[in-house]
Amino acid sequence: MSELSTAVPSSQGVSLWDDAWARLKKNRLALLAATFLILEVLIFFLAPLIAPHSYEVQDLERTMTGPSWRHWFGTDTLGRDLFARVLYGGRVSLTVGILASMVSAIVGVIYGSISGFLGGRWDNLMMRVVDVLYALPFIFLVIILMVYFGRNFMLLFVALGLTQWLTMARIVRGQVLTLRHKEFIEAATVLGIQRKRIVFRHLIPNTLGPVIVYLTLTVPAVILEEAFLSYLGLGIQAPLASWGTLIKEGVDVLDLAPWMLFFPALFLSATLFSLNFLGDGLRDALDPKGAKD
Amino acid sequence: MRLTYLLKRLAVMIPVFFFVVTLVFFMIRFAPGGPFSSEKSVSPAILKNLEMKYHMDEPLVRQYLRYLKDLLKGDLGPSFKHANRTVNEIIAEALPVSVELGLLALMWALVIGITSGGLAALKPNSPFDYIPMTFSLLGICFPTFVVGPILVLIFGVWLEWLPVAGWDTWADRVLPSLTLGFAYAAYISRLTRGGLMEMRVQDFIRTARAKGLTETQILTQHALKGGLLPVISYLGPALAGIITGALVTETIFNIPGLGRFFIESAVNRDYTVVMGTALLYFSLIFICNLLVDIVYALLDPRVKYV
Repeated sequence: MSELSTAVPSSQGVSLWDDAWARLKKNRLALLAATFLILEVLIFFLAPLIAPHSYEVQDLERTMTGPSWRHWFGTDTLGRDLFARVLYGGRVSLTVGILASMVSAIVGVIYGSISGFLGGRWDNLMMRVVDVLYALPFIFLVIILMVYFGRNFMLLFVALGLTQWLTMARIVRGQVLTLRHKEFIEAATVLGIQRKRIVFRHLIPNTLGPVIVYLTLTVPAVILEEAFLSYLGLGIQAPLASWGTLIKEGVDVLDLAPWMLFFPALFLSATLFSLNFLGDGLRDALDPKGAKD
Repeated sequence: MRLTYLLKRLAVMIPVFFFVVTLVFFMIRFAPGGPFSSEKSVSPAILKNLEMKYHMDEPLVRQYLRYLKDLLKGDLGPSFKHANRTVNEIIAEALPVSVELGLLALMWALVIGITSGGLAALKPNSPFDYIPMTFSLLGICFPTFVVGPILVLIFGVWLEWLPVAGWDTWADRVLPSLTLGFAYAAYISRLTRGGLMEMRVQDFIRTARAKGLTETQILTQHALKGGLLPVISYLGPALAGIITGALVTETIFNIPGLGRFFIESAVNRDYTVVMGTALLYFSLIFICNLLVDIVYALLDPRVKYV
């Protein structure tokens, strides 16, 4: 009897998050990716303390020099320290990626949950709109937007975010459709809670798992889009730099100074890689049924 | 596949197209600057004449209606920047280039992707599996604008095997199309492997194996058809991606395709060319998606469209 009573605390319910964390811990690659990303974020945001040079100051006696003790990643055509530029560029790229993904998540979650919750004819109509929008190549609209109104940081990430919300809306809508017939929603309805409150207090929090997974996968997509725009000269404007602009600068002098392409491209690719792996890991951890393989 | 489904899809296209025309038209027009604002030392009289020639002096709504009317007739109007050329002429010249580039890229993607994915599935957990799968991971993380310059550096500058720019001989076509197709080859390889691996445990494959067919026969005659379904459904997004990716590829390799005209005209505020190329892109992507859906339905009898 006494044995049984001591056993009770240990059989405490395991929450979804504890369970997911336990599964994620077993996924070495995802953990490695997460560690890399955390380190990267720390380094980027401590960049002013870490980088020995400013990202703007020109060392005119050393333009386009290769990696050395003085300039770890070499210097660019104007003699600016590439190490500092890669760190500051990463700061810009990650910030754009995260902010734009947030925009897409907010729009997608609200749209998807309303569609799923209303159901029936409204749901049908709202999802048709999503289907149609799916077929539109938003990047062209973003390019036009950037050319005419652009070179504006706010506009850039709002525009990029708006290209990415469709899948989020679909995922959330699917979740809400399955959740809304669950007992706790019925209970909430019976208690006479307002519909708005049901959506925001009860439905949306329960869709958080898939939202986080998809958010992690949206960040690299947005970073890539921003780099694409910057490569075309339509994204971040000087003196600010993102990895896209650095890559563009590197490509222009590729045969003379290959390190100018190498370092930003390495950081960009490693980051995209890690975010994709972390996203996959989180998906497996949060949704063991949907796990691949 | 029912005809009504096709008609329905096309019917949806019309209001969407109309919406896009309207959106792009007013987006461009409400933006600051104009096609003639960068022109130096143009006297007001000439500017007025220019504006009159292109009907820019009319109210915006009139211009919009005029544009719609011409559009219905298939006339995309004159270019503002390329003197004496119409948008139709520019497109007629640039579109074949872009289509060729896109199709070659798609060919690379399919050939490399399906072959390597098939090999990987045939001999899982062997070097045949690891090497293509590692490459395909790289392909997913290296964007076009990194792959392209690296290929240029290796094959164009160091080895001097292939030309690095232009669009005249067949040799000019190799690097751009490889660059553009690379990422999709990578993804298709993974999809092929995944699809085939899923097929391996199906009952009909076990039957084929029991009949004594070799693994290669099973793969090509039985597993491939079902295993390629994920690849087919990926073709829609892949084509859309190739079309947008061509923007960068054409810039890197200096190819006179649609993408270059689109970017150039957007920067120059050549209103009619921006509109024309953007609308063409929208239509192309829409048609590609529709074609992919049709192919998918033909291959998979389980899919029913209503």
